[in-house]
Amino acid sequence: MSEAYSFSPDLEKKFQWLLSRYPAKDAVLLPLLHLVQDDAGWLTPASIEYVASRLELSPARIREVASFYSLFRLNKKGQYVLQVCHNISCYLAGSDKLIEHIKNKLGISENQTTPDGKFTLERVECLASCGTAPVLQVNGWDYHEELTIEKVDQIIDSLKLDKFAYDEYEQRISEGGVA
Amino acid sequence: MSQKILPQHPLEKRVLIAGYGEDGSWTLDHYEKNYRGYEGAKKALSMTADDIIKTVKDSGLRGLGGAGFPTGMKWSFIPKNPTRPVYLVCNADEGEPGTFKDRQIMEHCPHRLIDGMIAAAVAIGAKSGYIYIRGELRLAFERLAIAIKEAYSKGYLGENIFGSGKTFHLTVHPGAGAYICGEETGLIESLEGDRGQPRLKPPFPAISGVFGGPTIVNNVATLAHVPGILLDGAEQFIKMGNGTARGAGTAVWGVSGDVQRPGFFEVPIGTNLNVMLNEICGGPKPGRKFKACYPGGSSSPLLKADEFDVPMDFDSLAAKGTMMGSCAIIVIDDSRSIPELCMRTARFYSHESCGQCVPCREGTKWTYKMLKRVVSGEGTKSDLETILSACNNMAGKTICVLSDACAMPVTSMLKKFPEEFESLLIPESEFKPELPKVSGQLGMLIDSIRERQKS
Ligand SMILES: Cc1cc2nc3c(=O)[nH]c(=O)nc-3n(C[C@H](O)[C@H](O)[C@H](O)COP(=O)(O)O)c2cc1C
Ligand code: SF4
Ligand code: FES
Repeated sequence: MSEAYSFSPDLEKKFQWLLSRYPAKDAVLLPLLHLVQDDAGWLTPASIEYVASRLELSPARIREVASFYSLFRLNKKGQYVLQVCHNISCYLAGSDKLIEHIKNKLGISENQTTPDGKFTLERVECLASCGTAPVLQVNGWDYHEELTIEKVDQIIDSLKLDKFAYDEYEQRISEGGVA
Repeated sequence: MSQKILPQHPLEKRVLIAGYGEDGSWTLDHYEKNYRGYEGAKKALSMTADDIIKTVKDSGLRGLGGAGFPTGMKWSFIPKNPTRPVYLVCNADEGEPGTFKDRQIMEHCPHRLIDGMIAAAVAIGAKSGYIYIRGELRLAFERLAIAIKEAYSKGYLGENIFGSGKTFHLTVHPGAGAYICGEETGLIESLEGDRGQPRLKPPFPAISGVFGGPTIVNNVATLAHVPGILLDGAEQFIKMGNGTARGAGTAVWGVSGDVQRPGFFEVPIGTNLNVMLNEICGGPKPGRKFKACYPGGSSSPLLKADEFDVPMDFDSLAAKGTMMGSCAIIVIDDSRSIPELCMRTARFYSHESCGQCVPCREGTKWTYKMLKRVVSGEGTKSDLETILSACNNMAGKTICVLSDACAMPVTSMLKKFPEEFESLLIPESEFKPELPKVSGQLGMLIDSIRERQKS
């Protein structure tokens, strides 16, 4: 059973603004899915149905596009998705050790979620931070660079207490994003 | 969140990241007060489109997104009397492993990019532009979005920009995590709200691109160079680089991997690679020696340490069989295993192949699997030969060059460090493992190569 979904007045405003920026309605899909995912936590079936109806596309079509992109979550994941870059520069800087450490600390393997639903661990490709490798991002965009085992412990410990800069950034992004 | 501030090295010449590290370098006020902010855009509005294109052509500016295509020439491909709206798209999808230059420009100097985009839009007659930015780069997204808002409020964007009667709307558009969207036609598909699968060319974007209109796609650093070129002239830009129109201006290089001081540094094009690695980046780590580097991102063929005495410009690196690519140097020292890096490089491209072309989809996957087998100590001599032939056959036969981007570095590693691969092999007689399965054309091809090797 999925719950019904619709845009909040704020999201509706952003949606209308997005529509005004492109000559074709379909082009708002990626930015819109980002907003919906930030709002709903992941792209729930109900949110996909709703977006589909607003864009006059089929839900299957939206799913097909969204599944092409690694940042879109078509399944529920942990509250905090820890994504460690394992590409060349990060590998040279020791990312494998970090991944092992996180696995042991959280007692999960890659692509798994802790039983309390808090953390998911994933490997990702180069995050354009190679000069400050190794790098980890939380929930697709909150970067932590020049990592050490100690820093990773600190990050995880503060996330356990829900100390996360998310709300603050979210607000600033929407201020900037809507002209 | 943000990176620590690097002091400017005496050999650096900062143009694209001028103001980096200064408080509020990303604000319109700071840019206007200190760096002739928006003078480039104003200059462009006082010129004819042909004159802007001519100046950019004369300056020798070449694309910094990977291919080094001459920018002025690209702009001149836009039809003179287009029947559909023209679009300017900035490629800010920065995803080539090792690359982190565009991010610096966007986070620290977003107005310079907007300044350059206005000038480019005037040159090609675009009334709308988009900055397609990697979805992960939210700080850069935020800084750009705020900068765009500031520019709108000043009348630098929108209708009647700078009171000129001309229109230019600019929107920053987030991608969502797919390396292939950095390829310009994949980017266009993605911008239109589809899967980012590259299109067959022709038609080239300059004839039919985003929303069916003539489109120019340029990298962040390329566009951010335009204001300086218009203000100081083509000759000055040539002087700033290696002194020729084929290696003009500066570029921001990202250096990562096994050096004492990794980071990003803006230096003249033509700066010697040795100078970059030994003087600017402090040389190898204590007790280590350089072994090799990827000079232009993970798709560039490797240079061995004894080949480091080379000017970093498009032509000199091409003469060494490699490329300047996306200005990303990944340094490898003598403690590393080349086969291991080779396998990881192939893994990346096989993961990112969009799957449309069989030689790419199957070839990258198969190359990765074979290398994995070699690295785990189960490969034979003929495996290495088969990998080389397969790489040879998957390059140049696909819709985009992602398959080449896999084949080039892999081939270079096998050719330049054969002893490292060979030391991992087992004798042919000892082991006949089941070979990874491949389907389609490439499967047939690989089978025929094996047949030939047998006889
Ligand atoms: C697989 C692939 C990925 C690419 N990724 C990028 C990228 O992230 N950023 C970029 O500017 N160009 C990238 N390019 C190059 C673009 O296709 C295009 O050549 C470039 O954006 C043109 O801009 P320029 O002329 O200013 O260099 C990529 C090309 C390929 C084949
Ligand atoms: S070469 Fe590879 S990435 Fe490029 S279009 Fe073909 S399958 Fe997709
Ligand atoms: S390789 Fe990890 S950020 Fe580039």
